[in-house]
Order: sequence, then structure tokens, then C-alpha cells
Amino acid sequence: MDLATLLPFLVNVIVGGLVLGFVYAIIALGYTMVYGVLQLINFAHSEVFVTGAVVGFEVFRILAPNPMNGYLKLLIALVAAMVISGGLNVLIERLAYRPLRNAPKLVPLITAIGVSLILQDVLRVIEGFQGRFDLTYTLPDEFGSKFCAAGTGCGGVGDFLRTIGVDLQVKDVILIVVALISLTVLNYVVNRTRLGKAIRAVAQDRVTAGLMGIDSNLMISATFLIGGALGGISGVLYGMKVGTLNAYSGFEPGLVAFTAAVLGGIGSIPGAVLGGLLIGVIQKLVSVMSVLGEVVGSENLKTIDDSYSKMGAFVVLVLILIFKPTGLLGKSNTEKV
Amino acid sequence: MTAVNPTAPKRTLPAPDRTFLLVLFFIVTSALLLASHNQDILNGPLGNVLRNPILEAVVVSLFLANVLFAYLWRAAPWAKALVGLGSLLFVLPLAGRADTSLLDLSIQIMIFAALALGLNIVVGLAGLLDLGYVAFFAVGAYTWGVFASPRFAELLKFANENPGAAGGPTLLLGVVTMLAGLCLYVWFQRRQFDTRAAWIITVALSASLFAWFWIGRSIFTLGEQLWSPTVLWLIFVPLIIYLVTLAVKHQRGAEVRNDLLGLSRIISGLAGVVGLILVIRAINLFIASRAAGLESGIDPNFFWLFLAISVLAAAIVGVLIGLPVLKLKGDYLAIITLGLGEVIRVLANNLDLYTAGSQGITPIKSAAVPWFNSLAGFLGFTEDQHYLLFLYVLVLVVVAIILLVNVRLDRSRIGRAWIAIRDDEVAAQAMGVPLVQTKLIAFATGASFAGVMGMIFAAKQTFISPESFNLFQSIGVLSMVILGGMGSFPGVILGATVVTLLNLRILPGLGEATANISWIPQQVNPGQLQRLVFGAILVAIMLLRPEGLLPNKRRVLELHHDENQEDDSAEGNAGALGAGNTGDVYSPGKAPIKEDDRSGGAK
Repeated sequence: MDLATLLPFLVNVIVGGLVLGFVYAIIALGYTMVYGVLQLINFAHSEVFVTGAVVGFEVFRILAPNPMNGYLKLLIALVAAMVISGGLNVLIERLAYRPLRNAPKLVPLITAIGVSLILQDVLRVIEGFQGRFDLTYTLPDEFGSKFCAAGTGCGGVGDFLRTIGVDLQVKDVILIVVALISLTVLNYVVNRTRLGKAIRAVAQDRVTAGLMGIDSNLMISATFLIGGALGGISGVLYGMKVGTLNAYSGFEPGLVAFTAAVLGGIGSIPGAVLGGLLIGVIQKLVSVMSVLGEVVGSENLKTIDDSYSKMGAFVVLVLILIFKPTGLLGKSNTEKV
Repeated sequence: MTAVNPTAPKRTLPAPDRTFLLVLFFIVTSALLLASHNQDILNGPLGNVLRNPILEAVVVSLFLANVLFAYLWRAAPWAKALVGLGSLLFVLPLAGRADTSLLDLSIQIMIFAALALGLNIVVGLAGLLDLGYVAFFAVGAYTWGVFASPRFAELLKFANENPGAAGGPTLLLGVVTMLAGLCLYVWFQRRQFDTRAAWIITVALSASLFAWFWIGRSIFTLGEQLWSPTVLWLIFVPLIIYLVTLAVKHQRGAEVRNDLLGLSRIISGLAGVVGLILVIRAINLFIASRAAGLESGIDPNFFWLFLAISVLAAAIVGVLIGLPVLKLKGDYLAIITLGLGEVIRVLANNLDLYTAGSQGITPIKSAAVPWFNSLAGFLGFTEDQHYLLFLYVLVLVVVAIILLVNVRLDRSRIGRAWIAIRDDEVAAQAMGVPLVQTKLIAFATGASFAGVMGMIFAAKQTFISPESFNLFQSIGVLSMVILGGMGSFPGVILGATVVTLLNLRILPGLGEATANISWIPQQVNPGQLQRLVFGAILVAIMLLRPEGLLPNKRRVLELHHDENQEDDSAEGNAGALGAGNTGDVYSPGKAPIKEDDRSGGAK
């Protein structure tokens, strides 16, 4: 097979990986922010994220007969998911993590696992009472079409995409745009506002921040609120991307996103984004290995099927933790006695 | 915790003697259990009430509480022995004769008790949160499952069709490689090198390993993914990248000798594993040439040998998983073990030749013990119960051995080292505890218990598939350890019993009871609420009673450190020493809980 067909294929894989990567990046931000202030892996974040996805599903389902603009529906879904997921995350922190703030490190971690399990079944029961288990998104029609299809008159962009052979749907573009907007807003909040400054101070040293008049409990709640809201956004985006999910499906993307956070350097916001994008591309590459094997004619590549793509993330995680535990953009911290 | 609060008035009176109460309780619950599983009574007028799954679960729980009380209460030794042994060796099998599912349940409870005891070493004693523990269980199960089932014939067939190199040379090469790898590994462990020598050794080793793989690939047409270039690249690309980063660091003046030596160790270890695989392959070929009579797997008499092999295999996997990850701690370790556990499951799902993928392996043989069968027949057990009764006795013995090993280990030098690491890694290291070695022993010991029980599990279920070993199982075992109390052996067994009863009896019972209620849709049947229950156990215990139901003394002091702190400063060490009324609190297994029934929270 020649280069002319291989190249667009690879470009598509990378673009697809980036689209997936943006979702991972936003989930990873939820992990990394909480880790930044509490040094706790919030295992329940994957369920906060699925809650967002379920809220998005419900909004789209309820609004489906409504003839309103699809983008407005999306906005409602995003806002609802942000509010509910953010509130849920704050609630979790208040009820489950705050009483254990000074306990040995394993204790809040085990609690987090427990909270995650409880939320999975609570979500399942809530949806189950309506007779559902697998939730299939009913997206507005305009989201499913191809982005800048021929003859839609979107000028140079469409031509350019066609030339390099990229195949994008409208929902992919929405996903990227929403992700970029939330990343920009987050960056502004964390780096340019008083709130962000206070959060960063608490992350650096909770006691000293308290001496400077910062209410560290409030700031931790704020961090959980922001992290949860990001989880809500990513939930809706993930639901749009994959189409079908259930109460248990947060585990895998959650773990991948956590890998992304570690890859970028946990606690570092740009690191989480970089890690998310990288993991997205890696995962996409692994999952198309068998196709690639078909293309290049390699017997061995053909045997790598899609189920290994999950393993790909784990292997990356293991390698990163063994060889560079601080991640790509993280700072090393030596343990003090 | 009043029991450990040093300001509380000192107890002078021992707990009341409850010999009579214990024996009475034993007789009543045994009678209840036997009656509720008696076919005649079940078919009588009371049958419908007794058949209620919830009631049955309550009766079984009450009966099992016997053993707990025999442990907790102060009573005459003969009464304790009578109740403990009588319940497990006499009444339970007797009731199991009438109702086979009771035997099944007891076996499950004990399998999980052994798993929980193993995880307890890793989590409770050494303080390493392992979320992929079930992987070792899987290793044990597949060790027996692959050999003692028709899968073995498939393997032999495959080996016959793809002979590769002849058996003899392959065996020789495998043995040589394995020994060379192991020797090199030990050599590196013991010797000091300067940086230049470390560079030369590492690069030479990497090159020879690469050459070995490359040549091996063409000589042995193994036809299996194991040998493919993909694996080659998976190993060597990261290796080369890492070497290059080390070179860059070296150029900048950083000390890289230890990294290089570590890498050399890993490579030689890898060579050892490759050699082992070759040896297995050669043996496989050898057996393949005389495959007649192996269609349904190897002779069941190998069961006893495989008990040892599964322990070894799981321990080796424990070390292999432990080696790279043990320099991490706390939450990182948790997530990486979780990842590796999932990797093992995905591998089990994908290595179709060995594990039959997601279809699973079936039927798996059990040991053949004719003398036991005749004994069981003599005792009035029906033909189909012999096998379960045998497994019941076997797991009972294995759990007893595991418990004994645990108690002995806990009081040994290594047990104290584990606890030291758990409490403060840096301080322990400063006191001369070898961190990696001690943690590896914890991993390997915990893994070996899971391995042997995995094998028994495979023999009991006669069917295993990757789905039996998912993450959720690991979390279930973790919740047993947490519920009972990390680091406390009786607590862990109690936790295993409670969680298994909940999981296998009470939840399905609830599910059955509510199945016909119209307003509850099928999707929310309480029989499937395991996650909620496990999660609630984890959260509730951590929030309300982090030391668990039957706590370990030392753990209580640790977790309630804040509350005791003032008193510590005022009274020096008296708080810690006064708590147990003996000088023994430094070794938790010895803590005389029987005299301290105020801290036994189960009542």
C-alpha cells in the first residue's frame, strides 16, 4: 500500500485521537486539581463524570421532542451537568473526605473507592427505576452530520479538510470548541483571579495559607466544585462522542484520564491537558494497529486488536510511574521526614 | 475508644466466664441449623417459613457466630475447643449432608477468608494498598485450569503442529538462559560497580538480549505472539529511549550508576523469564509426543504437586509485579496495581491458546482421592457430595495452615519489619529495614495464599473465565479486610464471612424476595446491589470505625492517635503499654483479645 492512502489514514487517526484526548484532558483536570490541593486520588471522579454524562442524556432525552435549536439544548445540558456534577463533588468532599482530612493516607483513598462504588449503584438504580440500563444519547440531528461537507459553503476550511483527508463530524468540532473554551476559562480562573490565587496557595501549603487569612476548607470546596463542573462537561462530551454508556462505564475513561494526569505530571494543569492529548492519540493508534497491520501487511500488527487499547494506557502508566514518576511537566517533590 | 484511652480507669476484673453461655449458644444454634436443613422438617408444615432465604441466612450467620464467640469470650478451654472444632468439623458437614449448598457456601467463605488473609499481609501489615490482588488468584486458577482440562490437549495439539526446534536443544537453551539470567541477577545484586563498568554492562546486556531475541525469532518458529517483533519493539524501544535519557543525564553530570545497575537487573531477570518460557515450551513438546490419554487434562493425582506449583507461580508473579512498582507508595501503588491486575485480566482474555479467551476453561478436574470418597460414603454422604466434602476439608486445612503461617510471620522479624514500613517508611529504612526486599516478601506471601486458593477455586467451580477475576473481586476482598480490621487476623476472617454471606446469601435472598414486586423494575433488583454494599462498607468503616470490627490493638492506637496525643505527652508511654494489660502490644497477633471483650465490637 502506498503513502497516498496511508497518510490520510494516519492523519485521521491522530485527529480522532486528539478529539478523544480533549475529553480525557478535561477529566484529567478534575483529578489533577483535587490531587493538587489534597494529595488524594479522587476515585469517585469517574462517577462524577458519569453523572454528568447521565444528566446530559436526560436533558437531551427530555428536550428531544422540543423544536429548539440543538446548540441551545447542548448549552442547557452542559450547564445542568456542570451544576449537578459540581454540587455532587462538593457534597462528596464534605461528607466523605473532610472528616478524614488528618487520617493516615490510605484511609481517604479507601473511602474514595467506596464512594465511587456507591455512586455507581445509585446511578444505576436511578436510571433503573425508569427501566433503563444502557443509555443511548439522542443527539439533535445537526450534530451528527459531517463537518463542512461539500457544498455547504464553508469555504476554505472544508476544502482544506478534504485535501488532507480529515473526516470530522459536527459533534467532534463542538467537542473541541467546548473543551478549548473550558480550558481557557479554567486557565483564567486559576491564574488570574483571587480565587485561583487562593486555591494555589492552599495547594502549596494549607497551614500557611490559613495564616494568611484564606479559608482553606472553602477553597477545597471550590476546587471540588470546579473539578466536578469540569467532570460534568467532560461527561456530556464523552456521552456525545461514544453515544452509549451506562452507570458503570466511568471506570475505564476515568482510569485513562488518571493516566493522562500522571503522564503530564499530576498537580500540573497544562500537564493534564498534554497528557490527555497524548493518551488519546496513543489509544487511538493502538486500537487501529490491526487495521494498520492490514495496510502494511504485517501479520504481527494484525493480532493487536481493540481490547489492547485499554492495556495501552495501563502500560503507559506503568512505564511513566517507573521511569519518570513526576510526569512530563510535573515538579519533583522529595519526601520530608 | 474507651478500651485504649489511658485516662479511663484501669480494669482490674477479668471478663466474666461465659463457658455455660457459649455451650448453650452452640447447642441452640446447631439445633437450629440442623433443623432448618433437615429434609423431613422442610417438607413439613414449617417448610415454607424455613425455606425463606433471609431466614436461612440468619440461621447460618448465628451458627457461624459460634466460632466467633468461642474466640472472643472468656470460657474454659475445653468449651472453646468443643465449640470451635465441633462447629466446623461436625455440625457444619452434618448440615451440609442434608443441604449441599451449605457446604458450597462454607467453601466459598473459606476461600475468601484465605484471600483476605493474604491481602491483609499486603495492605494490613505492610501498608501497601494493592487493588489488583485478584490477579494472583487468577494465576493460581489458571495454573491448574490450563493443565487439568481439555485445554491442555489443545495446547499439545498446537505444539505438535508447530514443533519449532526440536525438544532437546530448546530445553538446553532454555535452562542455560534461565540459569544465566538468574546468576547475573544475583551477581548484580551483590556487587558494586563504578559508573563506567555499569554503562558497559548495561549496554552489553541490552545488545545481547536484543541479539538473543533476534536470533531466537528465526530459529524457533514458535508461531506465537510471544516471539513476535511486536514484543521485541515493546521491550526495546522503551529501553533505548530510557538509555538515551540516562546518557543525557550523565552528560549533565548526574549520577546514573544505580539506574544502570537496576536496568541490568531487570534485563537479566527478563532473560531468566524467557529461559523459563523456553523450558516450559520444551517440556510441553516432550509431553506432546506422548499425548495419548491427555485429552481431558493431566492425571488428577498431580493436584497435590500443583498445590505447590500454584503457590510458587503466584509468588513469582507477585515478585514480578512487585519489582517495578514497589518504589512507589500509597495512592500511586494502588492505581498501578489496579492497572496491572487489569492487564493480567486482559491477557487472560486475549491469550486464546492458553486460556480459551472469554469462553473460559471447562471442565477442570479435581483431585482423585478414593480413600476419602469411601470414608465420605461410610459417613452417609451421597456420591455427588464426596467431592465437595473433600474440598471443604481441604480448604479448612489450608486456611488453618495459612492462619498459622500468618500468626508466626506476624511475630517474626519480617512481620515487625512490615509493620515498621507501614508506620513510617523513612524511619524504618533508617533503622536498617531493607525496603524493597521486605515489600517483595509481603507481595509474594500475599500472592501465594491467593495462588493456592485460586487453584482450589478452579477445582471447585470446574469453570474459570477472565470475568471471574475482575477488579470488582479485588475490591470485594479489600472490603473484607477493611470491615474486619486491617492487620487483625480474626477480624479479617470475620470480614470475609460477613461479606461472603451478604454477597452469596442475603443479597440474592433479598433479590428473590423482591422479584415479584411489580413496582421494582428488574434493573434495580436488590440482589445486584453488591457495589452499593461494598462501597457502603468501605465508606462507613473508614468514617466510623477505621480500625475495623475486630481491631488490632496497634492499629487502634495509630488511628486514634489524635485523641490519645495529650495523654501521651502527660503520661509518657503508659498509654500504649497500659492498654492491653500485658506487655505484648508490640506484636499485634499476641494481643489477648479474649480477655478484652470490650473492644470486640461484634456484640
